[in-house]
Amino acid sequence: MCPPPAPAPTAVGRSVPRREGADKVTGRARYTDDIAVPGAWYGKTIRSTVPRGRIRSITFDPLFDSERVVVVTADDIPGDNVVHLIRDDQPILATRGGEVRHREEPILLLAAPDRGTLEEAASHIKIEYEILEPVYALEKAIEVFSTVEITKGDIATAQRSADFVVQHEFRVGLQEQLYIEPQGTIAIPESGGRIKVIGSLQCPYYVHRALKRALKLTDQQAVVIQAETGGGFGGKEEYPSLVALHAALLARKAGRPVRLIYDRHEDLAATTKRHPGVITHRTAVKKDGTLLSQDIEIVLDGGAYCTLTPVVLSRAAIHAAGAYACPNVRIRARAVATNTPPNGAFRGFGAPQSLFAAELMVEHVAERLGMSSVDLRRKWMLRLGDTTATGQRLTESVGNEMVLDAALKAAGAVRPSGRPAVKRGRGLSLVFHGSGFTGSGEKKLQGTIAMEALTDGTFRILTASTEIGQGTKTIFCQLAADALGVGLDNVVLAPQDTSLVPDSGPTVASRTAMIVGRLVQEAAEEIRERLKRERPPFKVEKSYVQPDSIHWDEATYRGDAYPVYAWACTIADVDVDMTTGEVRVTDLVTAVDCGKALHPVMAEGQIEGGCLQAVGWATIEEIKMKDGGYQNDRLATYLIPTALDAPRIRTILVENPYSRGPFGAKGIGELPMDGPAPAIIAAIHHATGVWLDEVPATPEKVLAACASR
Amino acid sequence: MRFTLNGAAVSLDVVGTRRLLDVLREDLRLTGTKEGCGEGECGACSVLIDGEVVDSCLVAVGQVEGRHVTTVEGLAAGGRLTALQQAFIEHGAAQCGICTPGMLLAAHALLQRATHLDADAVREGLAGNLCRCTGYTKIIDAVLSCAK
Repeated sequence: MCPPPAPAPTAVGRSVPRREGADKVTGRARYTDDIAVPGAWYGKTIRSTVPRGRIRSITFDPLFDSERVVVVTADDIPGDNVVHLIRDDQPILATRGGEVRHREEPILLLAAPDRGTLEEAASHIKIEYEILEPVYALEKAIEVFSTVEITKGDIATAQRSADFVVQHEFRVGLQEQLYIEPQGTIAIPESGGRIKVIGSLQCPYYVHRALKRALKLTDQQAVVIQAETGGGFGGKEEYPSLVALHAALLARKAGRPVRLIYDRHEDLAATTKRHPGVITHRTAVKKDGTLLSQDIEIVLDGGAYCTLTPVVLSRAAIHAAGAYACPNVRIRARAVATNTPPNGAFRGFGAPQSLFAAELMVEHVAERLGMSSVDLRRKWMLRLGDTTATGQRLTESVGNEMVLDAALKAAGAVRPSGRPAVKRGRGLSLVFHGSGFTGSGEKKLQGTIAMEALTDGTFRILTASTEIGQGTKTIFCQLAADALGVGLDNVVLAPQDTSLVPDSGPTVASRTAMIVGRLVQEAAEEIRERLKRERPPFKVEKSYVQPDSIHWDEATYRGDAYPVYAWACTIADVDVDMTTGEVRVTDLVTAVDCGKALHPVMAEGQIEGGCLQAVGWATIEEIKMKDGGYQNDRLATYLIPTALDAPRIRTILVENPYSRGPFGAKGIGELPMDGPAPAIIAAIHHATGVWLDEVPATPEKVLAACASR
Repeated sequence: MRFTLNGAAVSLDVVGTRRLLDVLREDLRLTGTKEGCGEGECGACSVLIDGEVVDSCLVAVGQVEGRHVTTVEGLAAGGRLTALQQAFIEHGAAQCGICTPGMLLAAHALLQRATHLDADAVREGLAGNLCRCTGYTKIIDAVLSCAK
């Protein structure tokens, strides 16, 4: 007896219209600042103007009647004065006599009925500091946030048997997420001690936990609602907790709603950035290219407070050896504290930094050996059955060679630029990115979703996973519709409101489609079974259960670092203007093994957007530091690629299914951030003969490198 | 002061130096027009004034006296999406959607004035509107699909 065949998918794999598409093209979609709240006051954060110091006094100029505004200091925090995350080091507001550890650190909050009064009040506040010596250099760091050590085999013996040991140092710079909608929250005090927070955010339950702890609220008293969110890229993973805490403290004291909406300058000056760092590789090879060992050291600058730095460092370390099989590996990574604004989550989460170094290292070794770097990659690449640096045996969905072949086939020949002062070059990279949380992360988190079968024949998905442009709302409905065997119109999604939906875990780590999407599929399948014998309404809940086959040892960093990996090969063509030093990426081809494209247009769109973000990081997105602050703190000085700067991006989706992904899908949200930067630096070398070994490749650096040749 | 907004006459008693962006969003509750930077760099606040794309954060409301202003809310006349709005949905040109209103207006103006459009002309025409999600490829495809 054979079971009846499963019905063919009807929504998955089709590029159906985005759920909230019509709202977004008509202006109906309501982002935080679009929401009118009667009686709301305006809030403002008063920040440190020094990189390091001790607050001596905070005074209001007597010429201003401070009764006209609401003032919140650290003394007004009913619970713990910490931004709840990993380590309890970051205060919500600096305390009198306490140390201020970075410029723009929040010290005081103000709320006023109108913006004029608010600005007037702000100009009458005086904060006096005892100045302390700030620390900026990584080697003089004030504290080590975390370290990671990964060891496989024995590098010392391997190095002794090598024909060559090639060593290089790589540097990566700060980068701003630059979501086009700045950070913002509206906090509304309600009866029964409830505080409702509506905001632009990725992770409602991060904010929920932060509010409970600092404001001493119960689960029910803290309500967090995600408004339509204008981009996140990691920038709205942890930072919104701080914005929401500030707004909620003001609303609590004012006894009325408070809007706390950042302008672009504040957002650029104060919020988290991608961790800059220095990565050193020593790679031992035989003359024939055989890879013997990789010895890698990573130092990331975490800024003044810990935020998510240990997790960023962990992902950086695990990806540091690249998409290659090496018998002997040592990776030593550390993240340190400096007196600069804290760095935090940003798409890729450490992997773009370490993969940048790993990919350029392949180029350097190939050059030393006189081999083609593509041939060397084929020789080294991880294949089915190989083990990674953490000793993870890859048992399925290893798309390394597939994406390399697909990208090479699509790229075509490089044509000369046609202009004598402009040199054209091509570079390639091959990267992988672990989908889902690292190690035991998913197991600890136990992300949960629920689904309701309703009496009107519809099905409602309840999840805290947020839509930030990447398509959560649409793909979850596609997955549910097909697993239920119903039309897309029969599936609806509850709002991302912590009073309604369970904690599905944060919307980060390339986990939403693959981990949470799988739960949606499983819940729908269970409902479909139960409908054979039960009548709605009823509700099904699904929590993540770690498969027995996944083993991870946090103490030794050995085992299955990720459930599975997604793979990408990127080929970049650049024009280098030898007179101005300007680098223009003219063409970019990327082949991505996504397991299964649940929504091909959205998958391509996410990949193209990630690639352009990486092009920006590699070329024009530069932040210069001065006295612990960012000089590029306006959109006039922090440049991101426009439609004119952007290359033509061609995406090739390679479908190489993963057995535990929903319909075979793997997470690809971060992967496109990994490949373009090293491909661009390799292309600059191809064009000019010069290696830069750092990003961004600004005109000054290109000209200096060419001049010193 | 008086002007025409999305085809309808508007009469307002406001300080002429206020930003058009704020008057649209706060006084008229047309929140489709977004603020991304407040200094004319990102284009999220783009509106059309007499058919030309303008950053409404850089315009004092007094300057639109007697003129025709179009915001994203004015595109879908009678609730029916325009071909361009439809194309944005179909091609995946809107992701997070925060740049979409401004992008649509810039693209609309481009389509109105251009007799022949290719990808380079679209890039040029949209260069004042930043998008961080799409890499622009899908936006360019959407606009080109509506070109004559």
